[in-house]
Amino acid sequence: MALVAPRENDGVNTSPTVADEVKTTTCYMCACRCGIKVHLRDGQVRYIQGNRDHPVNKGVLCGKGSAGIMQHYSPARLRKPLKRVGERGASEFAEIEWDEALEIATTWLGDIRKTDPKKLAFFTGRDQSQSLTGWWANQFGTPNYAAHGGFCSVNMATAGIYTIGGSFWEFGEPDWAHTKYFMMFGVAEDHDSNPIKIGLGKLKARGAKFVSVNPAQTGYSAIADEWLGVRPGTDGLFVLALVHELLKAGKVDLDYLVKYTNAPWLVVQAPGSADDGLIARDDQGNPLCWDKTTNAAASALRADVTPALRGAFDVNGKKAVPAFELMAARYLDDAYAPEAVAARCGISAATIKRIAAELAHAAFQETIELPIAWTDWAGRKHDKMVGRPVAMHAMRGISAHSNGFHTCRAIHLLQMLLGTIDVPGGFRYKPPFPRPTPPGPKPAGKAGAKPNTPLGGIPLGFVTGPEDLLLDEAGRAIRIDKAYTWEHPIASHGLMHMVIANAVKGDPYPIDTLFLYMANMAWNSSMNTRATIDMLTAKDESGAYKIPHIIYSDAYFSETVAYADLILPDTTYLERWDCISLMDRPISDAEAASDAIRQPVLQPDRDVRSFQAVLLDLGARLKLPGLVNDDGTPKYPGGYTDYIVNHERAPGIGPLAGWRGPDGAQQGRGNPNPKQLQAYIDNGCFWRGEIPHEAHYFKMANATYLNWAHGMGFLPKPEQIVLQIYCEPLQKFRNAARGAGPVQPPEKDRARIDAYFDPLPIWYAPFDEAAVDTTEYPLHALTQRPMHHYHSWGSQNAWLRQITAQNRLFMHRDTAAARNINDDDWVWITSRAGRVKAQVKLVDGVNRDTVWTWNAIGKRKGAWALAPNAPEATRAFLLNHVISEHLPDGRSNSDPITGQAAWFDVRVKVERAADHEQNDASHDFGELHPPPGITPGPDVLQYGKSFREAAE
Amino acid sequence: MTSLPAKTEKKLGLVIDLDTCVGCQACVTNCKQWNTGGHMAPLTDLNAYAAEADGVWFNRVHTYEVTGSTACGASPARNSSSRTMHFPRSCLHCEKPDCVTVCPTGASYKRESDGIVLVNEDKCIGCKLCSWACPYGAREFDVFEGVMKKCTLCVDRIYNENLAEEDRVPACVLTCPTSARHFGDLGDPNSNVSKLVAARGGVDLMPEMGYAPTNKYLPPRARKDTAPAAMPAPELAPAPGGFLGWVDKLLSR
Repeated sequence: MALVAPRENDGVNTSPTVADEVKTTTCYMCACRCGIKVHLRDGQVRYIQGNRDHPVNKGVLCGKGSAGIMQHYSPARLRKPLKRVGERGASEFAEIEWDEALEIATTWLGDIRKTDPKKLAFFTGRDQSQSLTGWWANQFGTPNYAAHGGFCSVNMATAGIYTIGGSFWEFGEPDWAHTKYFMMFGVAEDHDSNPIKIGLGKLKARGAKFVSVNPAQTGYSAIADEWLGVRPGTDGLFVLALVHELLKAGKVDLDYLVKYTNAPWLVVQAPGSADDGLIARDDQGNPLCWDKTTNAAASALRADVTPALRGAFDVNGKKAVPAFELMAARYLDDAYAPEAVAARCGISAATIKRIAAELAHAAFQETIELPIAWTDWAGRKHDKMVGRPVAMHAMRGISAHSNGFHTCRAIHLLQMLLGTIDVPGGFRYKPPFPRPTPPGPKPAGKAGAKPNTPLGGIPLGFVTGPEDLLLDEAGRAIRIDKAYTWEHPIASHGLMHMVIANAVKGDPYPIDTLFLYMANMAWNSSMNTRATIDMLTAKDESGAYKIPHIIYSDAYFSETVAYADLILPDTTYLERWDCISLMDRPISDAEAASDAIRQPVLQPDRDVRSFQAVLLDLGARLKLPGLVNDDGTPKYPGGYTDYIVNHERAPGIGPLAGWRGPDGAQQGRGNPNPKQLQAYIDNGCFWRGEIPHEAHYFKMANATYLNWAHGMGFLPKPEQIVLQIYCEPLQKFRNAARGAGPVQPPEKDRARIDAYFDPLPIWYAPFDEAAVDTTEYPLHALTQRPMHHYHSWGSQNAWLRQITAQNRLFMHRDTAAARNINDDDWVWITSRAGRVKAQVKLVDGVNRDTVWTWNAIGKRKGAWALAPNAPEATRAFLLNHVISEHLPDGRSNSDPITGQAAWFDVRVKVERAADHEQNDASHDFGELHPPPGITPGPDVLQYGKSFREAAE
Repeated sequence: MTSLPAKTEKKLGLVIDLDTCVGCQACVTNCKQWNTGGHMAPLTDLNAYAAEADGVWFNRVHTYEVTGSTACGASPARNSSSRTMHFPRSCLHCEKPDCVTVCPTGASYKRESDGIVLVNEDKCIGCKLCSWACPYGAREFDVFEGVMKKCTLCVDRIYNENLAEEDRVPACVLTCPTSARHFGDLGDPNSNVSKLVAARGGVDLMPEMGYAPTNKYLPPRARKDTAPAAMPAPELAPAPGGFLGWVDKLLSR
């Protein structure tokens, strides 16, 4: 019950007016996408509150979201379109009108499109509108499109999709209400930021055990019941040792494996033949198992079989073995015994054995049952749902290593063996997941780019074998980033980190225009920042830039602004429309599908336009199919909102799933509803479509769920999704490497494909680590994302930068002592790629062979409207400076399966800096001068004073 | 010098759970954005975009490493002799606050009704005696305005009839993602916060100082870092019949 104001008679106004108006929208202070209520007073933001009704954050708001006011009013906001008038990097610009800016862009892009559309490389950063940007690239006709997933966590996403039809990130969640044992491997703080915090609060209140596997005992590790300070890049080995222990003891859920995974599928054993290692199939292409009842091979998709999990069988004259046996034989090997891996992982054999025992105990002795009757894919009724209450989450730490794909698959394998995927207490899918393993479509662009012609599909997709690679007749890469080539065959999110280097080298070909959105490639979003800056300014013999045109859209004066030729200033997140679409990065939870919008709560006071509106405008000016009508007039003259409401990707399916149909009564599918956005606004700017209660678990095999998801347009067919302990597409690539099939890898890639395209999870030393002398570079170096900063955005924020303006290098006390390094000393961090200076902070809670720091705090002097003396520029540092995008052998420093940038693999040495260097970070990048319109922020900030004056 | 009420009708305050605080700073910035436009507005920031940025904050979270076997929650079975602790720090609205009694002008006072300690800026001469008297460092001097400021326990939220009832709690409590912060009447033994303190062994901060803080901290729970007692050790002995035996049972799809 509410408190009643007492009669204190001290003159305090206990009921001041808070707002003239409260508007809902969606936060953009990180990737979490929480619902917010923005309290407006006299045309200014008074207060930003979490929206209690919102499915993501349920009313709470994190440290970043609560500082949104300072992001919105940042002095670093760009104010007007800019044209470069000096040299690149000199930050000399002229302000121009939008008409001129769009005319310049249209001319450059128009020339490309009518000659060779692939000369446009269109890459977006922390873009939340990838279903629009990818579709736009398709209409333009360039295969060279991706967002930043290639250096974020693509190996997590891909491993998940190809294994369980879903993934960690924010696309699944632990069953916070029921799990009794939760293991977290690393974390990326901006993904599911508030849901994880809310969930951990619940776990702790219920007394569930929380184990954190992370080299650094910070953030969530601080409240974990047990912290395992694993050596970076060895999580996979640790997990496979757990698998070894569970298999040895028979503590695996055979029933689950037979019902929901491909463990019983027969694998052809015919070394040297083209189908070796592939799944044995019948004439219809169905996978086969060995049915013990009939003692014959039978379709593994039938409901009435009793499949064998071990044995060797003759199938059409060839030997075939259940995938389970191959898997079990591999991990029962002593190479995976705890004793064999302990030293390498930095976790004792006794601890590994105990964790395995605890997992087994939670899964098999603490089984839970929910009284929910359900029907499985075969129509069989079950009167309850039985769950094994072990849940896992994994993210960066797994992802940024070159062995991350296999490590992520190992974690999913562990979950499958314990029978914990989408069961009560386990890891749960959020719709539209699970999807088929893998889903369609294939990446478009196989035919190459053709003048004035759309690509024919979305550039990013899922390959299932060598025939899907994007190679031309001569076997050369079709894409500038060499995604979907033999170097990185399953590069599902592209390789943004290789675009600039490849374009400058002209390998596979030069480009004309690099079009970037919200990606700080000239600073913290690149590995090897110095070299990237050099490449952006590199010229050929004629004195022309090797990348002739760079167009950049950003809301703020980031470092990359200085290197672009044309700047298209974006709005802040409080000034824009957006759709948080199920076709892009959904915000669903395990019990509902959800999407959301942003609405402008304030109008820009500057001459800026939302990037998405500009992109649609550009598309119409370029007369791109899909963006203009037959008569050449813009298809979406109303701009971004027009697109959000009226665009249909397939009949009845558009960017937003809620309130479709002429009367707004349909969800998922339905004709465009002209009043759709108002319906969202009336509902707090989000839509949440609940999954039927009986479909809350076992979604991969639950008839009610499969039918619901099919009806919503999430699944092409309402068929069971079989989880893949054995990943057949990998074997297809491997067989090609062994000589099978018409699409053959070049000799230089043959051994590598053979080694890494193992259909069962493997572990190998991270490449950058394996490539250097580890006695010279004895330490691992990595970054963690602070909970109160998001990429480079935090340091322009007057409040957030007061919490952290200088990132220290965290180092174990003993590791420091052995190097005569004292607390607060300045040290040189040196890798094979370069060196950077940092100030240490000595701690106990870190793996002894690891140093780490907060990421993206360091700034280029002068950028982001910070004063040149700001500690972000003088005392903070970026670890990026010592990480190369190339391995010593010239290959991309990436996961060999997915192309994921391996920026956690770097090895370094750390030495105390000389006495005369003990004062600051000594960066020598030079100072960036602000473009026109940007003035330094005020020395004295008294935000909110006017609210009080008005109240008095 | 300023006198204290003999007793207060209520003892409104916070209960902060150190077991679940992850140090995310949500309470810190949410407090900042509410209060910079609230009762003691503004919370001035000096050098906001330069070196030595220094602002007024009513709530700060510090991170410490606690080492040794007596460290809260540390135990030999953990893989570290230390644990990382996040410690939120704000005014504790003490029952016997010297920050009030030292005030020469009556600017600092403790409300008789609800126990909230406030500053009347009109009476504050900026002498800073109160900040010297507070052992918790909870006073925040606004250098630019020359007056002392501090946590108001969101006195302009908790009774605010312009806010929805469920929102009438301090901003730090409203926003905390891990539910580590609780608000209520610690003078009422039947209140939720009092029950929480009783159940979890809530403690006073530095009780030896004698200020009788109203706010309480809940210490970390014991860590579950060993195998459950009921589990036979080792549970993972090889299964009867070896690997091949247990796989051979009949399993239907």
